This record gives sequence, structure tokens and C-alpha cells, in this order.
Amino acid sequence: MHASKIASPLAVGRNVPRKDSAEKVAGAAKYVDDLVFPGMLYGRTIRSTIPRGRIAATRLAFDQRGFVVADYRDIPGRNVVALIEDDQPFLAEREIRHTAEPILLLAHESRDLLLRAHVEIGYERENPVLDPESSPTAFKSLAIDKGEIEDGFSEADIIIEGEYRTGHQEHIYIETNGVIAVPQDGGITLLGSMQCPFYVHKALKSMLGWSDERIRVVQTETGGGFGGKEEYPSLIAGHAALLALKANRPVKIVYDRAEDMIATTKRHPAIVRHRTGVKRDGRLTAMDIDIVMDAGAYVTLSPVVLSRGAIHAAGPYRCDHVRVRGRAMMTNTPPNGAFRGFGAPQTQFAVEVHMERIAETLGIDPVKLRETNAFRPGDTTSTGQILGEDCSALDVLRRAVRRSGFRTRQRRYAGTNRGIGLALFYHGSGFTGGGEVRLASKASLGLTERGVQILVASTEIGQGTRTMHAQIVADALGVPFDDVYPVQPDTSNVPDSGPTVASRTCMVVGRILQQCAEEMKTRLGGMTPREFFAAHGPMIVTSEYEGPSGIKWDDSTYRGDAYSTYAWACDVAEVEINPDTFEVRPLKLTCVHDIGKAIHPVLVAGQIEGGTAQGIGYALIEQVVMREGSMANAQLTNYTIPTTLDTPPIDVVIVENPSRYGPHGAKGVGELPIDGPAPAIVNAVRSIGIDLREIPAVPEIVMKAIDLGKGKTDARHVPL
Amino acid sequence: MIFTLNAATVDVDAHPMKRLLDVLREECGLTGTKEGCGEGECGACTVLIDDAAVCACLVPFAQVRDARVTTIEGLGGDHPLQRAFAEEGGAQCGICTPGMIMAALPLGEKPSLRKVREGLAGNLCRCTGYEAIYRAVRKA
Repeated sequence: MHASKIASPLAVGRNVPRKDSAEKVAGAAKYVDDLVFPGMLYGRTIRSTIPRGRIAATRLAFDQRGFVVADYRDIPGRNVVALIEDDQPFLAEREIRHTAEPILLLAHESRDLLLRAHVEIGYERENPVLDPESSPTAFKSLAIDKGEIEDGFSEADIIIEGEYRTGHQEHIYIETNGVIAVPQDGGITLLGSMQCPFYVHKALKSMLGWSDERIRVVQTETGGGFGGKEEYPSLIAGHAALLALKANRPVKIVYDRAEDMIATTKRHPAIVRHRTGVKRDGRLTAMDIDIVMDAGAYVTLSPVVLSRGAIHAAGPYRCDHVRVRGRAMMTNTPPNGAFRGFGAPQTQFAVEVHMERIAETLGIDPVKLRETNAFRPGDTTSTGQILGEDCSALDVLRRAVRRSGFRTRQRRYAGTNRGIGLALFYHGSGFTGGGEVRLASKASLGLTERGVQILVASTEIGQGTRTMHAQIVADALGVPFDDVYPVQPDTSNVPDSGPTVASRTCMVVGRILQQCAEEMKTRLGGMTPREFFAAHGPMIVTSEYEGPSGIKWDDSTYRGDAYSTYAWACDVAEVEINPDTFEVRPLKLTCVHDIGKAIHPVLVAGQIEGGTAQGIGYALIEQVVMREGSMANAQLTNYTIPTTLDTPPIDVVIVENPSRYGPHGAKGVGELPIDGPAPAIVNAVRSIGIDLREIPAVPEIVMKAIDLGKGKTDARHVPL
Repeated sequence: MIFTLNAATVDVDAHPMKRLLDVLREECGLTGTKEGCGEGECGACTVLIDDAAVCACLVPFAQVRDARVTTIEGLGGDHPLQRAFAEEGGAQCGICTPGMIMAALPLGEKPSLRKVREGLAGNLCRCTGYEAIYRAVRKA
């Protein structure tokens, strides 16, 4: 009797065991630093110590026996990290654009000798550009226009303006960036901690000038990503590959925490200015928004970060006249890059705090103001996208208000040092605009002796890719969950399913896998996978992304359907301010998130709880201190992330209003949770009577807001 | 130098000032103990020395002479805490998990939430927001 002939309970919607739990809880999962190869050397990166200038001279001031040294002259192909623009070199040639820019690479079998090796670099210094607003170079400028902004202002009773600032944020994946390059048979295998194996493959191919098949990239178990292992691994992979090819031995580079914090990407700081026309009853008539993002020294992903930020900048609100202008400015600081939320946390912080100020100015309840303006199905976004029935803005708002007891607590906290605030927000699922069609992602299923094998480049970075994909495939095929198994992404073995970013792994890649499974089911012709395998041997089914019909986007005008669907959420934050230290302590967060369909409720709750905690850190404690373009607090001792004692209870409510496009109605969930906590917390602080408009709201910033407020005649009573 | 490692007596030859973390990972081949920061802030390298949870990155090897060292490998894979972490989603990316489980061990069976929060305050997790970890530890 074949087990697979017994009807199995459906896997989707159930908390089936994670595919990777057993190995992870046993400490048996192998991360890159756990791997050792015979003859392996360790690699080290020599970096610039100035933010801007030119290299005048380099001198190796150590005994070079046993060392391998590489610089830009060892690069056989192109000395650029192939991504959006070809501007960032793997190794600086003459020009230095930021502190910690890689210049020279060393390898040795002894880590001690490697660390002691001293390299002297002489520089011709130039004045760095550190303020994005005075930078002469915009990497990207964009404009979104809906209606006629001046008509909107002429309809307004009141115009309210404001400026909002957000800081850098470090990813602090607990496993730092690391790779091992292994030269083999005229080719190279690169193993490492990463989100996007095919990005690394593309970058190595360009750097080496080699054909596809000579380069193999394998993702090792990855200890967190959050965007920090989207584009950066291409750079470190190139470094390890150069050393390995020169040494003709395997080379491991694993950053220590300080190097990871000083050298790798961070969330873009932003300055967002709003000028909004409103009617006395709270209706928005005009939203004029200006965004400046600090891109850092090279383009990396800044154009698309700015783009997502700009598209989300007007918040989940109906308004006939919207003008958004955005610029990503070059500064002489390490390049900022992908980080969960990808521009949207910055702009939605601004619009949600601005909405609070509009409510305060008009004397309207903040819930009522949002109810008046929240998107309904049939409304159009700033890019002209008409929202469908999968729009849940009003629903999540009302549920969050009820669930948190918002009204009761608002009354109870009045006149105390406690406050309550909320944020309504949304997040587009998948690549922006025509991005998914251009990616043309592929996924495959293989029929093997063991069962059904999932062949995708989508990486497991903690979020549950392996488990969630297996659930979707199992149900589409009608086989038990245990018969479906994932393989480690390996560019020599899996098709390019696109990067593991943009909240797309379930909604987009999961849907392609569902198509594969449907086709495989047809081909099985009523046989079980085991019967088919016994009779006919292995089979592979590959499917490619099909752009949903009726979705239109114009990249030149920024008009159209920016995303095929959006996930919607409302967070309510309760906080307490310490009257002596000005520390803000979060007491509780209530998070109501519509993510279409929870394929695995425990995994979904894990995304929401984890993203919310990361958002609490962003709001209150995670402060990157930059001095002369370099991170001055590159340690976990003084760049702190929330511990158990800093993280309040998080009450998660999952709402399932399905999308037409994702598997089982799923929308993206990975990024949505980081958009809300910062504005909800700052609005809770505002409810105490403190005019706070900036994060991270460390005590110094809160104190400044209180001091400024005391000088104003219209400042409300601050009970401190 | 002789010490007890996961209930077995072992004799390991390493520099007395080498970090216990490196001795475990390199000389003993036990890579379940992870390095997250190297400065005792993240707790990813938490092991038990005798019955106390410590950061193995802060302990020179010489200090474990004649002591009992327990690492994640010493729990065998089917410990109630390990099962609870698997069931409750306490492990996401997994890199903090071994240290988190080792730090939870001295808390005993079914500890209060307050005790769990205080007991795990030295262990950072960037994935879970700790909620699933609390559910796991309180269940085990």
C-alpha cells in the first residue's frame, strides 16, 4: 500500500513542520563559517581609511612569505560590480569614494599572521560630500504626478507642512557576511551566505570574463539577510574568487562584526517634506511630497529603493492631486542598499507622522482622519492604479482600533507619561512596475526516487522558503507534504527564479511552482509520483512567470499598476516615556496585517513579529553614528538592537483578503511589518504632547523635541 | 588539557588563551556554537560551563580546565527545548538558535515569561521578535 494513495490533509494553511527545523535546533545546519576545505586560506580586505581622495602609494609593511596579495590588476574581466550601474569597483584603482572602500586583498593560512599584516596606504585627500542635500550628484531623480497639484491646493481650507527625518539602519543579521571560493577544474565554485545566487553569478562572470558554466554559486545556510545579503555578497564573492584563483587554493572570507558594520550596506537615511492641502473635515485635497535619500558613494540599488519609497510616499490614502519628487544623492559614505522595506519605511514614516499632525491641527481624531481618507476598492493610487477588492486599508484600521482598545486607552493615558498611537500602511508585493515581467523567473520540479524535488534559486534565509514552497507544491500535486523536498540553491542545478527580495518568494515564485505542480499532475495522468517514477523514471517540469493580464506600467511616466497587489496593515503602539532620562519604552504593539493568505500561520506570525521588533529598533534605539563618513559605533555594544527586555508583547492578527495573483490568494509579507512600528511609536509619543518628527527617537532627539516644544505658545502640556 | 565535553572526558591540545569558542569549533569540530559578534553581546556562542550559561567568545580555554562544558551537540537533537523550538517557530534563520537554547536550559521547566525574558536578555535574535522563542521555552 502506497502512503501517497491515502488522501493526505492539505498542507496549505497548516503549521506543518519546517523543513529545516531539526538541523537548526540540533546545531547541525552548516553555515559558511562552519565549512573547511583542504588547503584553505583565510582572506582579508584592506580598506580605505579616508572618505574621499586618491591613492598615492601602497606599501606592504610585512614579511610576505606565505601570503597571497591581490589588487585591481589581478581582475581578468571588468572591475565593476555588475548591478544597475557599472560604477562600483571590486577594488579601488586610484579614486577613493568612501571610507572602508576595498583596495587590496591578502590571504594566508594563518589568521593571526593575516590580521597582523600591516599595509600602508598613502592618500591625496579631497573634501568629502557628507550632506546629501548639498551633494551635486543625483544618482536618480523621479517624479510622480496625479491630477493638478495647484488645483488641489486651491480646493484646500488649510495647508499643513512638515519635514521628517529617518536615520541609517544596520541589518544585524546575526551571521555576518561570508563566502568561500574554491577553484576547481578551470572554474570556480563560490559558496556563501546570500539571498541571490544568480546576482553573485552575474557579478563573478563579469569580473572574470568567463562563460556561465565555469562559475558555480551555492548558497550555504544563511543566518539572516533582511536585504543585507541581496547585493553585497557579489562584492565579497569577487574578492574571495580573486584570491582563490591567484592562490589556486580555497579562500574563506568571513567578516567580523565590526567590519560587517563599517563596510556593508545600510538602510538609506531620508529627509521627506510634506505640504498637504486639507478640507476642515479632514479630506485630503493635495499632497506635495519631496524625498531626499542618501545613497552613499555608489549607485548599488538606490534607484529602485527611491522608486519604491516614492510610490508608497502618499500612504494608503485617496487624494486626487499628488506630486512626488524624489532624489537619491551621492555622498562619500559607504553605499546604502537593500533593507527590508526598501524605501517604504522612510516615506511611510513621514506620511503617517504628517497625518497625525494634520489630525492635531484640525482637531480631528486620528482614527477618524484615516477613516475619511483610507483607500477603498475602486480608488486610484498616486500612480493611477485602480485598487481592487483586495484593498483592506479600512478593514485593518478598524480591526486594529478595536483589538487594541484604542479609545479606552487613549482616555486612560491622557495626562500621563503614557501614550498610544497608530499607523496605517501598505506594501506592494513583488518587483515594482514591469520588474517581474523583465525578470521572467523560472522554477522547476523534479520527480525523483525520493519524491518531488523543488528546484528554485529562492533562498531560505529564515523566513521559511523551503517549507512554504513545499506546502504549495504538495497541495497542487495532491501528495503528502513529506514527499516534497527542497534542494540547496546551486546555480548549476536550479533555474533562475529571480532574487529572494521584494516580498516575492511566496507570491511570485510560489505561484510559478504551483503552475509546475499543476503541469506535473497532468503529466502523471492519475499515477502517484512513485508509480510514475517506477514506470518511466525521472521527470522535470519547468515553468516561467506569466505577467497577469490587465496589469500595465509605464516606467518613463511612472503611471500604471505599480504592483499586482498590496498587503495592508495597521499597527497600534503604546509607549511610556521616562521623565528623567527621556527614554521611550514601548509597552505593547498590536499588529493587524492583511497578507492575503497565510500559507503557514506560524511562519507568517514569525515574519510579522520579527519585522515589528526590527521596526521598534529602527524607531527608538538603532542609531548609526557617522563621523567623517564612517560608522563610529560599529559594535553591538553601542549600536544596540532590541533584546528580549526592549521588545514589548506583540499582538498579531492575520487578516486574509485574497489577491487574485498569489498562490491561494497570498500577498507579500516579508517587508510589510517594518513599515509601521516607527510611525505608530512616534505618534504614540506625540499623543503625550511631544512634537517628535525624527527617528531613531533616542533620548537626545526626544529631549530636543521637548525643548523646542516648550518654546512654542501652541505646545500642548507635556506632563514631565 | 583535560575537561569534560558533552559528558565525555576529553584531552585537547590548544593554546590556553585561545577562545573557548574557537577551540570548540576548530579543535573539537563542534560547529553548532556560533560566532555573532566576538564581544559577548549577542549570545550566539552561549555554552554551559558547569551549569552556567556563558559566552564562549569571552572565555579563554585555560578556564575550562577540569570543568564540564556542554554545547548544543550535547543535547542530542531531541531535547524538549529543541522540539519546542522546532514546533513553535523559535528557529527561523537558525544562527542564534543553539545559543538561545543553551541560555534557556538553566531556566528549568515551564519558566514564567518574566524569567524567560530576563534569562534570554543576553541573546540577540533578529528574526523572531522573541515571541516564538518565549512560546517554545515556556512550553518545554
